[in-house]
Amino acid sequence: MTEVATQPPEARERRKLTGYWLLLPGALWLLLFFLVPFYSLIATSLYDPEGSILTGYDMTWAFGNYVTALQDYWPPLFRALWYGAVATLLCLVLGYVLAYAIAFKAGRWKNLMLVLVIAPFFTSFLVRTLSWKLLLGDEGLIVDTLQFLNILGDDGRLLATPFAVIAGLTYNFLPFMVLPLFASLDKIDPRLVEASRDLYARPIVGFFKVTWPLSLPGVVSGTLLCFIPAVGDYINAQLLGNTQTRVIGAVIQSLFTDANDFAIAGALSMILMIMILAMVLLYVRRAGTEDLL
Amino acid sequence: MAGESPGPTAGSGAGRTTSRAPGASRRTFLKGAGIGAFALGSAAVLPLFGSASAVQDPATCRATDVSQRDKRLVVSNWPAYIDVAEAGDDQYVTTLQEFEERTGISVSYTDDVNDNAEFFARVRNQLGACEPIDRDMMMLTDWMAARMIGLGWVQPISAERVPNLHANLIEPLRGRQWDPDREFSAPWQSGLTGIAYNASLTDEVGSFEALMTRDDLRGRITLLSEMRDTMAFMLKVTGGDPDDFTDDDWYNAIDYLRGRVRAGQVRAFTGNEYIQDLTAGNIVACEAWSGDVIQAQFDNPDIKFVVPEEGLNLWSDNMLVPNKATHLENAEAWIDYYYEPAVAAKLAAWVNYICPVEGAREEMEKIDPDLVDNFLIFPSEDDLADTFDFMALDEAQNRQYEGDWSDVTSG
Repeated sequence: MTEVATQPPEARERRKLTGYWLLLPGALWLLLFFLVPFYSLIATSLYDPEGSILTGYDMTWAFGNYVTALQDYWPPLFRALWYGAVATLLCLVLGYVLAYAIAFKAGRWKNLMLVLVIAPFFTSFLVRTLSWKLLLGDEGLIVDTLQFLNILGDDGRLLATPFAVIAGLTYNFLPFMVLPLFASLDKIDPRLVEASRDLYARPIVGFFKVTWPLSLPGVVSGTLLCFIPAVGDYINAQLLGNTQTRVIGAVIQSLFTDANDFAIAGALSMILMIMILAMVLLYVRRAGTEDLL
Repeated sequence: MAGESPGPTAGSGAGRTTSRAPGASRRTFLKGAGIGAFALGSAAVLPLFGSASAVQDPATCRATDVSQRDKRLVVSNWPAYIDVAEAGDDQYVTTLQEFEERTGISVSYTDDVNDNAEFFARVRNQLGACEPIDRDMMMLTDWMAARMIGLGWVQPISAERVPNLHANLIEPLRGRQWDPDREFSAPWQSGLTGIAYNASLTDEVGSFEALMTRDDLRGRITLLSEMRDTMAFMLKVTGGDPDDFTDDDWYNAIDYLRGRVRAGQVRAFTGNEYIQDLTAGNIVACEAWSGDVIQAQFDNPDIKFVVPEEGLNLWSDNMLVPNKATHLENAEAWIDYYYEPAVAAKLAAWVNYICPVEGAREEMEKIDPDLVDNFLIFPSEDDLADTFDFMALDEAQNRQYEGDWSDVTSG
């Protein structure tokens, strides 16, 4: 017994170090592929705005880039945040109902339904978005039907409207909402809901007092997984939107590749990152889900 | 950790509460120190991430030409831009196969150019630092060719080794301001930018002015997302000259476009995908490239191409040899070969763009007489009398105009 308890001191030292050695590959990876590019992005955002590919770009602490970027591009920036927020909310409503049904009502269909939720990932994101173009097209079935029912005017349309962009975003990010919601709903002990009924809670009260609070970790991670990529996404806005629906991702891309305006593009990227980070921190703090951070 | 903190420590309840203060302040201190270290570290590291000028000198930034002993050639081109044998047709010998047979040069041909700006972004780090991009030839549109030549990224082509180019290049493509003597570039194919419309859905749209103002077209037209293509016509509509304009002309044109976009006239700014929207009926008219329209007409004869009243924008995609390419002589052999009229006619019969080679029209009689009179492949001098080009921009103008353009197209 005593022999087991007391280890030679070097062995304990070594074991302490093992933890650090295990950290090393991940830390090196992050250093190389996150920290270095991140520094490069900060530097880019502070480049002298007069720089060009002819003269080269110098890092001159040009904080004015941030002001210029915000002044010139606040509409697409807020549009992206707005589309992302609406799409996330729609995902939450649709996803919650679906995840609830899969977790509690699906019975032996549970696994099949989960596979169906993931199935869209087997085809490319681009192909799925392009097929929405076919669905919503001016001569397509949906528009024709809506026009026949007089819900949509004769020259009304769905494609190339903000509606199409948000619908596309909602569709594309729905699985990211359903999966974490399902994971936390599935963990809920049904006896807790039964107990609430025993205490004469109406089903709706039982849901809000028991099920909803217990599913909050899923709600928080689901909304984050939807919102963050949805704000940065510009494929939906480009393929399904019109000239009034351009979002910040598309602006950054065209500033980098077409205009070679690295300084403003870098500043916009940083602004987007800081805004999302601030909103996420605020949200997580408000939601109070400790096990996320 | 708490045991190490100075001052009163755990023991009594009161002691425990007071011991929190130093712990919290230490955390604050550590946080502050962390931010301070990050700031200092950044101040030291950030200047290292500047980037140097990308200008090179093609006279010094070049590789030894190994063409003689290494019979190879690496070509990058746009998709569907060279003749291929139809499936099951064993008789047809492509122009590329014939070139390989005749010269003994083996060509590795890739269609990996999809977009000028995107291709530029892909090679700018290497070419800007005088490093090879592992290609001997790339095909880029006029303005991008001009830009790369201006940056010194393109090798000169020896005039003695490409006699066909200098003998057979059609007149309208000579004397371009960015390469007047074709020292660096040779057009591969040319095309026209104009208007296309779907005749089953609307009546003829004859000018950009009509395209931009007719009420029945509101929200049912697209323009091209290539700034130069679209702005050349906006300049024309507002009375400017795309070949030679001032900042004021530019602002007039961009303000006009902004107004029309705000009014909801323009549905989208697109790349090649406008052609699907046009055939699907999502749009009824649009700004279009001639070759796309000819190809679409095979499936849907209602698609028409119009020469707008404002004139035609004639452009070319040009063969360029990048710095550090190792098979310059083989590339020159390729250029000379494709400027033989018979070869050019065979290529034009397949790709349906404007053939830049004089004499190919006569050769076309033997291949496909139907195409001889198609002015979108063999335009006459009259057809091209009204063509214009977008003036060359320096880097500062480029950024300013591309920035304005991006403002308008981003709403």
